[in-house]
Amino acid sequence: MADIWDGLSQAWLLLIGLDPDLVEIILRSLHVTLTALVIASAIALPLGALLAVRRFRIRRLTIAVLNALMGLPPVVVGLIVYICLSRSGPFGVFGLLFTPTAMTIAQVIIIVPLIASIAHQALRELWSDYHDLLISLNTTHFQRMMALLWDGRRALLTASLAGFGRAIGEVGAIMVVGGNIDHHTRVLTTAIALETGKGDFALALALGFVLIGMAIAVNLTIHWLTQTEQEGRW
Amino acid sequence: MSELFPMIAQSAISRRRGKVLIGPVDLTLEGHGITIVIGPNGAGKTSLLRMLHGIARLNEGSIVWACDQEEARQRQAFVFQSPVMLRRSVRDNLAYPLRLIGETRAEAGKLAEGMAEKVGLTYALSRPATVLSGGERQKLALGRALIRSPDVLFLDEPCASLDGPAMRDVETILKNAANDGTRLIMSTHDMGQARRLATEVLFLLGGKIHEQGDAAQFFEQPKTAMANAFLNGDIVE
Repeated sequence: MADIWDGLSQAWLLLIGLDPDLVEIILRSLHVTLTALVIASAIALPLGALLAVRRFRIRRLTIAVLNALMGLPPVVVGLIVYICLSRSGPFGVFGLLFTPTAMTIAQVIIIVPLIASIAHQALRELWSDYHDLLISLNTTHFQRMMALLWDGRRALLTASLAGFGRAIGEVGAIMVVGGNIDHHTRVLTTAIALETGKGDFALALALGFVLIGMAIAVNLTIHWLTQTEQEGRW
Repeated sequence: MSELFPMIAQSAISRRRGKVLIGPVDLTLEGHGITIVIGPNGAGKTSLLRMLHGIARLNEGSIVWACDQEEARQRQAFVFQSPVMLRRSVRDNLAYPLRLIGETRAEAGKLAEGMAEKVGLTYALSRPATVLSGGERQKLALGRALIRSPDVLFLDEPCASLDGPAMRDVETILKNAANDGTRLIMSTHDMGQARRLATEVLFLLGGKIHEQGDAAQFFEQPKTAMANAFLNGDIVE
């Protein structure tokens, strides 16, 4: 219990003191995760809409695979990305291993199936409501997808935030591909793992509380910006 | 723009999972008036409208409009028994069909405001469509269907769950649309409404057109015993 109080007070001291190392780690965590979130959402949300409106031969298989990949082990993703980006790998020439870009790539791979699956579930319901009307209006597949993405945007926000939650708390894959290099690829989760390994539980807890606070702050900010809870909104 | 009518359906059949929903239907529709589709529950009224409009798959036979078939689809609209509300404002719901065909947001919004006035929803333009009452929803669905000035409007029991005043409003909108040149093909359970609106009647039974003819003549002197029994309120199947 003493460790928790120590952690809380140390987190508070780090924050009010604007510790430069902490600020750097927070900003890098946000940069990597939000970049991954934007890229993953740009892939996964249209994919969810496509799976809702199109009927094609391997649609059921695709949905089943996406659902299965929601539980993708991050360490395995990290290992695969590591092999691909290492000097002898197919993308070694780009020199991305142990960079924030590599961490972003790993996070994108981890959260695309999660966002796409949740988006598909939400848009499938909406599509069952809209089906007859949009067919009647002689819409193209693209117009149907756009209608679903726009009208389902609040449900899709939840999908994206679930992706954000998974990415911001991710440690296995980014440790493997990022290497937890000080002032280069260290983020909150890898710093927590490092401090725990060193036995500095108070600092590890402090960083943990900062991470939780940051995740809540980002969620609240996005809800506030999109005004999800205003009266008369969907 | 070429002429849409006559529409000729020949031995048209629509099935679902192997079961015949409607047909075979042989039907010719001319380009004026209000056709009311009546019949007992399960007779195939909704299926007939959906097949003619192209929402339900045509498995056998043909449905041919006088103009290009793709153009014919663009010049039709459909109002469902349970109106589908897009999760947008009333204004955006009305503007949506126009936005689909490339109207600018400003122009579509202006036309939407004009249509809202026609259907009596000006006061609700900025409200989310999903909070409207049943009557308001049906008016919005009608306005959205009419905003592209369709040549043909299919209506599947549009007044099924409306109270008297709302039904009167909807019928007024329909009569105005018919006067403006829109061909109406509408199913209903309400014989009073059928008598008020119809210029032509299709009486369906068992997935087939049992009787078709001029409305006044049908209601005065139906040709078949089944139609006569139906009009007398007997159970027919």
